[in-house]
Amino acid sequence: MSLLVICDHDRGTLAEASLEALAFGRPLAAAAGLEMAAVVIGEGAEQAAVDLAAHGASTVHVASHDLLTDFGPEAWGETVAQLVRATGAKVVLACGTDRGNEVMAHVAARLDRPFVANCRSVEPDGGDWAITRIQWGGSLLEDVRLTADVVLVTVAHHAVEPALADSPAAGDIASFSPDLDASLAHTIVADRVVLTRGVTLSTAPVVVGGGRGVGSAEAFGPLEELAALLGGVVGCSRAVTNNGWRPHSDQVGQTGTRIAPDIYIASGISGAIQHWVGAMAAKNILAINTDGEANMVSRAGHAVIGDLHLVIPAIIDEIRRRQG
Amino acid sequence: MSEFPTRANVVVIGAGIVGNCLVGHLARLGWTDMVLLDKGPLPNPGGSTGHASNFIFPVDHNKEMALLGEQSADQYRDMNLSVDCGGIEVARTVERMRELDRRMTSAKAWGIEASLLTPAEVKELVPFINEDVILGGFYCPTVSVVDSLETGTTMRREAIETAGCQVFANTEVLDVETTLGEGGVVTVSSVVTDKGTIAADYVVIACGVWSNRIANMAGAIIPLVPAVHQMADVGPMDILAETNNEIGYPIVRDMDTFCYERQSAGSMEVGSYGHRAILHHPDEIPSNQEAALSPTEMPFTDDDFDPQMETAIELMDMLGEAEIRYAINGLLSLTPDTMPCLGETPEVRNLWSAAAVWVKEGPGMAQVVAEWMTYGYPRVIDVHGADIARFYDEERTEEHIWSRADEHFIKTYGIVHPAEQWVGRRNLQVGPFFSRQEDLGAEFFQARTWERPQWYGANADLVERYDLSEREVEWDNRWWSPITIGEHLNLRENCGVVDLSAFQIYELEGPGAVEYADRLAVNKVDVPVGRSVYTPWLTPDGGFHSDLTMMRLGEDRVRIVTGVFDGGRDEFWTRRHMPTDGSVTFTNITKQLTTLGLWGPNAPAVLSQLTGQDLSQEGSPYGSIIDAEVAGVPCQLFRISYVGDTGWEIYARWEDGPKVWDALMDAGADLGIRPTGGGVYGLSGRLEKGYRLMGAELESEYNPLEAGLARPKVKAADFIGREAYLTARDAGDPEVLMCTLTVEDQTDAKGRKRHMMGGNEPILTANGDRITDSHGRVSRVTSAGYGPSVERHLLMSYLPLELCTPGTDLQVMYMNELFPVKVAGSGAVFDPDDTRLRA
Amino acid sequence: MRILVCVKRVPAPGARINVTADAMAVDSAHLGFTTSPHEECAVEEAVRLVGEHGGEVTVMTLGPAAAEEQLRYAASVGAHNFVLVPILETDWDPQRTAAALAGAIGDVESADGAFDLILFGNESADAGGFQVGVRVAYALGRPVVNGIKGVDIADGVASARREIDGGFEVYNLPMPAVLGVKEGINLPRYPTMKGRLASKRAEVVVDERSVPAGGQVRVRLHRPVETVSETVILGTGPEAAPAVVDLLEELGLLT
Repeated sequence: MSLLVICDHDRGTLAEASLEALAFGRPLAAAAGLEMAAVVIGEGAEQAAVDLAAHGASTVHVASHDLLTDFGPEAWGETVAQLVRATGAKVVLACGTDRGNEVMAHVAARLDRPFVANCRSVEPDGGDWAITRIQWGGSLLEDVRLTADVVLVTVAHHAVEPALADSPAAGDIASFSPDLDASLAHTIVADRVVLTRGVTLSTAPVVVGGGRGVGSAEAFGPLEELAALLGGVVGCSRAVTNNGWRPHSDQVGQTGTRIAPDIYIASGISGAIQHWVGAMAAKNILAINTDGEANMVSRAGHAVIGDLHLVIPAIIDEIRRRQG
Repeated sequence: MSEFPTRANVVVIGAGIVGNCLVGHLARLGWTDMVLLDKGPLPNPGGSTGHASNFIFPVDHNKEMALLGEQSADQYRDMNLSVDCGGIEVARTVERMRELDRRMTSAKAWGIEASLLTPAEVKELVPFINEDVILGGFYCPTVSVVDSLETGTTMRREAIETAGCQVFANTEVLDVETTLGEGGVVTVSSVVTDKGTIAADYVVIACGVWSNRIANMAGAIIPLVPAVHQMADVGPMDILAETNNEIGYPIVRDMDTFCYERQSAGSMEVGSYGHRAILHHPDEIPSNQEAALSPTEMPFTDDDFDPQMETAIELMDMLGEAEIRYAINGLLSLTPDTMPCLGETPEVRNLWSAAAVWVKEGPGMAQVVAEWMTYGYPRVIDVHGADIARFYDEERTEEHIWSRADEHFIKTYGIVHPAEQWVGRRNLQVGPFFSRQEDLGAEFFQARTWERPQWYGANADLVERYDLSEREVEWDNRWWSPITIGEHLNLRENCGVVDLSAFQIYELEGPGAVEYADRLAVNKVDVPVGRSVYTPWLTPDGGFHSDLTMMRLGEDRVRIVTGVFDGGRDEFWTRRHMPTDGSVTFTNITKQLTTLGLWGPNAPAVLSQLTGQDLSQEGSPYGSIIDAEVAGVPCQLFRISYVGDTGWEIYARWEDGPKVWDALMDAGADLGIRPTGGGVYGLSGRLEKGYRLMGAELESEYNPLEAGLARPKVKAADFIGREAYLTARDAGDPEVLMCTLTVEDQTDAKGRKRHMMGGNEPILTANGDRITDSHGRVSRVTSAGYGPSVERHLLMSYLPLELCTPGTDLQVMYMNELFPVKVAGSGAVFDPDDTRLRA
Repeated sequence: MRILVCVKRVPAPGARINVTADAMAVDSAHLGFTTSPHEECAVEEAVRLVGEHGGEVTVMTLGPAAAEEQLRYAASVGAHNFVLVPILETDWDPQRTAAALAGAIGDVESADGAFDLILFGNESADAGGFQVGVRVAYALGRPVVNGIKGVDIADGVASARREIDGGFEVYNLPMPAVLGVKEGINLPRYPTMKGRLASKRAEVVVDERSVPAGGQVRVRLHRPVETVSETVILGTGPEAAPAVVDLLEELGLLT
């Protein structure tokens, strides 16, 4: 009986998120007396499979099918559901990324079992399971009691650090050919368009964020300048996108993008919870605000109390001065 | 950040428009060592100031509100943080058109530029208005929009820079501590915050909707309740955006539908006072952290706004297609009687209130409190209407505050008659004759908490007897009855009994009582036992604080009798200045005694049947108080009259009152005795005698010389305001004098007889100009009513000396029409030699 | 075109979220309520699509009676038909929710015909279960993709765009189809005053459904323990700029 981890990869390289799931799965498998297995799907899966032994997978199922060459949530979900039935997995685990949650939802629908998303902890408890999961993007926690013969859970993204197993597991590769209906082709990626090759909001090392305090679309100029100087990008709060000052793709927040830069410079942002959950994974936060007790300031590691319209140009000038 | 102080001279709690302007004004008056606190961030801590609509419509019927509004508007202008955008109050009903006439009259009184517009003229100024739904408009070009946030910041900065005021935002007050000071007086001692404790000599509460909660911490009450006022921002609309201006069009007040529409750049802010009163406990207000917007911007309740939305679209069609971009249930403070709460709290010494103030009077009211703290009473204006000491205990209960707020919220834009009575919370205090009066068909008017008959239905026959009639115009006839004229004529012909239970009566006792009483009063209280003194009490600057009667009842005993409207303030003043060494004790005996007034030519004949006391001018001289048995009941007979006919105020124990009443009525049955109401005692009787009334003719802006109440000599003993009073006397003739005027022709343009009400109607020259003196004080009607015995409508007003000559022809404006008046003089128009009083 | 949008009523908190005394729900005492953000955009998208292609928008919610407010809000921005699936609790587990919605949708479709498109929010702002739309689509036997930030309709196919880092993926779903939509797909309009007034006349159909609870049961809600460390104030105003740049240098962010 196994604990099955659904692993995602990018043309053969295991996704960071999946490594988190594996790190989460190891102690859970041990506590539940299960062997940890993994499944990889799609083109490049064989290369990805090779690394899974080091992360503790006893068995690695490599699923292939004509309809599995690219991502398709229904096809992937159906595949995993069939694998669960075939292998008798008791627990199915994935990382709570967009893809992870979506695929697991499909598995859950097909198996007609509960699915508890974005968990922080999962523990066997008598015949049931004691789970703590996040709500409000992370601002609130929910303790849940799960009663299910097959446990479907995703672990909250960034809740666990990826780590290698103490000693590598067997990592036996097994092929799996699911029986997939042609109609599943409808939800396979038809096209992929690349817009930016460079740094994006979710990958940028520096994000310079602006909130209601910026005051207008035009006033974002200095923020853009500072971001460019630091090799980063501009982000914003929901108030800014609601006012139409910047596009939604710039929004940092629970319903926008979650960022994890080396530094997030949050200027004129009060720090409502839905914004905070998008920013909290930043390694450093510098808040610039006139209100010394704004939520953003209290939670930031560093702060400047002042008007961003004066402070940011001063920072730009200082950087230029030092760079000669 | 500066270190948190452990003590300060003044701690001001609340950095909204009031708190900020207060520290600025205190700095100007020389105060230093101040600390300003707010639990929210700066510049906008999230109180009502932060979301206010920020406009000032200067015209108000109430003098304090109008003058402080204008004064505040000028303060905003002086700081260049104001724009005169103009404003129009539109009328949808005929009744509102009449109210606009009243607005014009008040505008004239206060010297505010205003005009009446036709619908077409309104449309010229506001092209997007639907002129078909309006009958006209009242236009005031000096309606202004202000930047209250910047104003507060500027005043605060002034306090910081010129007086070293320390400011701490994000600092929450957890407690206000008190101590027992000299004489066991509860005195404020410190403010406990989440950053530390500050020992303070003075603490001022200026925290808007949270004010009562902070006051409660110290054991005081600031009677207000947080209430909702809905506002929605609707837009964008091209015609507004095209002005390229924050406010390019005049503000429109559509008061018949309880709305205003104020441009805000490209959008229109639509505000409503038309919904049910939505009241909140301060504990229901979210913290700065919890609030989605700010603590006083609460979630919008759509259903409450919908009727106003419909009527707003009726008036401005373009609003229909505009988007509702932002809408809140905004919080503001409501008090039981709509007036602010300013002054030192009666419960805690040196704990001051500056609460329930709107942006439109913010700077002015802050100046009032600053002056009050500095000079012992404000100089800029008389504040008896806003004085926090005015409330009686029953008015400070949550039940009362909520009930009254609920009742008057809907009248924020209403048409309120000057004599309009409250519906709820009646019969809080009634005299011992209440059930008798009910049986006599009394029409009760409520005076603060006391019910007093204004007239009696049982006297309806007097209407026929004297051939009286209702007033022609409904407005003049409202809250009035010709019965009151009948009661007056009957009193002057026979006699009348007036219920004076509502007198507020105090006694000072002890070895220091008389000396203390003399400290309060202008006129000498140290008179022989059994004599009375009618006297003003002055403010330190020599204006009227009180006007009342004091009686020397014993070697060490003085009784003070004052009117019900002044009781709260007078009790506070008396206690406030009392020596703390125990040489004087204060007792409020209001509910131990009741008083009946008996006056008229037959009064002696009635009373002599019930008592053995010599009632002649020798046995019971004018101004004397003597103990006597009346109808077998121990009483005091005070030979005094406020109505101009001979008679007495009869003081009895409360429980004995009904017996005296019955006895009088019985004894007077064949002498034409009638129960007589406040319409005579408070108005027609005293108007004919020119008797001044505290709060009407007598205010702190005027001194006894101007009021015609100065005695030939000033007593030697020191009293509050003595120096200022002497200075005024030394200056020679006063600039103005209180005069009585007669209305020569009451016929209006439609041929109807009109009756002025004493609502600050302006007295004008023959050319129609306002009359003001060098201090800017305007001649306006302070009291008005019909004088049945002189068959003239009478007005009282201060007039410049050169216009005081009897026979001078002037005009009065009433409902935007001019009526000729003639100066009668400074004394009584009826029985000027007081022969009746000596009878 | 017939489009259905499923929405959820959620509280609208500020910078701090409180829990009721029994720890079973968010303390909404001071809070207003709103449609969950992704779904507000879904409603807007539906209204735009029928604006372009003709048809009607139906909005359905599973929630307390007060959730009618969210249906009327949808009416005020242009939706046409409204269904409330009432529950007594504040929340149902996702399995139960999906089962109830699928049943209610079945009822509506039997009466009025199939929906060409059903829109869900990617996840609700509060519970964030990430599964109701997928479960309903599976129950109805329709294709579904989540995370959608753009959709075009042509020739019976919904061409949907899903954002990925640095670009987007395209999915072509034959209709009838289901999409999980994300905020950012559009900027929702505000209701007009007239729209708001018209919404009061909107008729809400109530469809009571009884569905057994799923295996996921709430035990309690609680706030995460936060390690609040002292914020280092680098200075006030522009004078703090050198200290800021020192920090950036320390972090190795200056080239």
